[in-house]
Amino acid sequence: MTGLQSTRSRRGYNFAYLDEHTKRMIRRSILKAVAVPGYQVPFASREMPLPFGWGTGGIQVTASVIGPDDILKVIDQGSDDTTNAVSIRAFFAKTTNVTTTEKTTEATVIQTRHRIPETPLQPGQIIVYQVPIPEPLRWLEPREAETRKMHALEEYGTMHVRLYEDIAKYGRISTSYDYPVIVNGRYLMRPSPIPKFDNPKMNNNPALQLFGAGREKRIYAVPPYTDVKSLDFEDHPFEIQQWDEDCALCGAEDTFLDEIVTDDRGGRMYVCSDSDYCGERCAARTAPASEAAE
Amino acid sequence: MSRREQGPLLRVSSLTKNYGSIAGCRNISLDIWPGEVLGIVGESGSGKTTLLNCISARLEPTMGSVEFMTRTDGMVDLYKMSEASRRFLMRTDWGFVHQSPRDGLRMGVSAGGNIGERLMAVGDRHYGDIRKSACDWLEKVEFDLGRIDHMPTTFSGGMQQRLQIARNLVNGPRLIFMDEPTGGLDVSVQARLLDLLRALVSELKLSVVIVTHDLAVARLLAHRLMVMRRGEVVETGLTDQVLDDPQHPYSQLLVSSVLQP
Repeated sequence: MTGLQSTRSRRGYNFAYLDEHTKRMIRRSILKAVAVPGYQVPFASREMPLPFGWGTGGIQVTASVIGPDDILKVIDQGSDDTTNAVSIRAFFAKTTNVTTTEKTTEATVIQTRHRIPETPLQPGQIIVYQVPIPEPLRWLEPREAETRKMHALEEYGTMHVRLYEDIAKYGRISTSYDYPVIVNGRYLMRPSPIPKFDNPKMNNNPALQLFGAGREKRIYAVPPYTDVKSLDFEDHPFEIQQWDEDCALCGAEDTFLDEIVTDDRGGRMYVCSDSDYCGERCAARTAPASEAAE
Repeated sequence: MSRREQGPLLRVSSLTKNYGSIAGCRNISLDIWPGEVLGIVGESGSGKTTLLNCISARLEPTMGSVEFMTRTDGMVDLYKMSEASRRFLMRTDWGFVHQSPRDGLRMGVSAGGNIGERLMAVGDRHYGDIRKSACDWLEKVEFDLGRIDHMPTTFSGGMQQRLQIARNLVNGPRLIFMDEPTGGLDVSVQARLLDLLRALVSELKLSVVIVTHDLAVARLLAHRLMVMRRGEVVETGLTDQVLDDPQHPYSQLLVSSVLQP
């Protein structure tokens, strides 16, 4: 249909797997989502060659925005080498022939599940989130018609009931991931299951942030440099997680850490969940040392 | 200003609700004044609940109008105002006590959260203040404060009903609708709840529309009574007057059919 259908794509499949009509349909939804930040735009989600819940929404969004010159990075829980990330990266490498990378700074499109990279994103980059449940009001209102009405009328007050329950039970807001935010002072949004540690990174981010939910058939977006505010109480302000330890590998003090059990006698270590960031820091630390040795 | 000069709080004019060819209620007009408790009695299927739903903006009537005296804009027709302002009214100036507490409470949210919900819905964002109001209201409805963080599922029917009442009254509404508030409760719990309701209504100068088939409840709470039958009002008057000296044959039947212990 277009020049994209070049010899570079795999025979029998269109560039990036989806046909051009589907991509246009998804791009239209993305444009609307960007125009109304935080608003969930319905789209005709397609069957993908992997099950719903494995990132089909994110894959469809990525397939619609990716071009032959893009450089793709895929992460899952901050890591580039987990099953999901490897499979999705291989899928796009096969169907688009684009260059893939593990470096945040090199990538033009980053598809992610559960994390925003520690390296600050740059203008021009696109980050695509895989979203399991897009509707932030779902837990208190099971009816879709009613939640849409609540969004339309901006009736978000009851969302604080959930935070109230946290404080009443645990003495602090214990919601630690998928922490609800207000986008651009208007729409309540579920930022996909990223830890609340990453919420501040969404605020005024220079990159374009796209969210795709395949099973629920919704796309929403946070355009570059948009206000994203996490919900909180005046006397219980929003806080991010903190750790007593530093990363055991690279020594970073300000990153999101994973706890890794090392033996069955209580041994454990904390390491950065962002494998690229951690690896870069370790390399930078050892490189000058080896130069000095030579 | 006297109450008369202020005018009624709610005015219903020739309200009719048809379900297809069946009439739910026909040509009903009534006024509710500030501080007044209006009882609507009648047998099952007489259109009490249809009427209550119509005047509480939950069911659009086929004909007629329902007007409410808003705090800022005077008398406003409920079904002509925007949905946003109607819903705002419902969670600020109004309350609705359901027969079954399960319909009126969030069963997955603690007692304190249930009471605080309306405060948060109108923009309260201070946890300490919300918590304090919740405690105050739990005390008012005779709750043990130690149970503020317990789930409604762990409460008895009477406690759930009291919690539902507290949840509705927390942000100072002016008009409360009640649909058989003592319906599923045993007699002693009923008596306690009625006592509480009576005290709260007079203390807060609430206007109440209470639908019941139980004449004893009506006698205890209502100042004025409407007797309904087959979707129409057959008799209306002061409670004692209607119950002690019923004029319409149906009211006479209703009053005489009450079991005397």
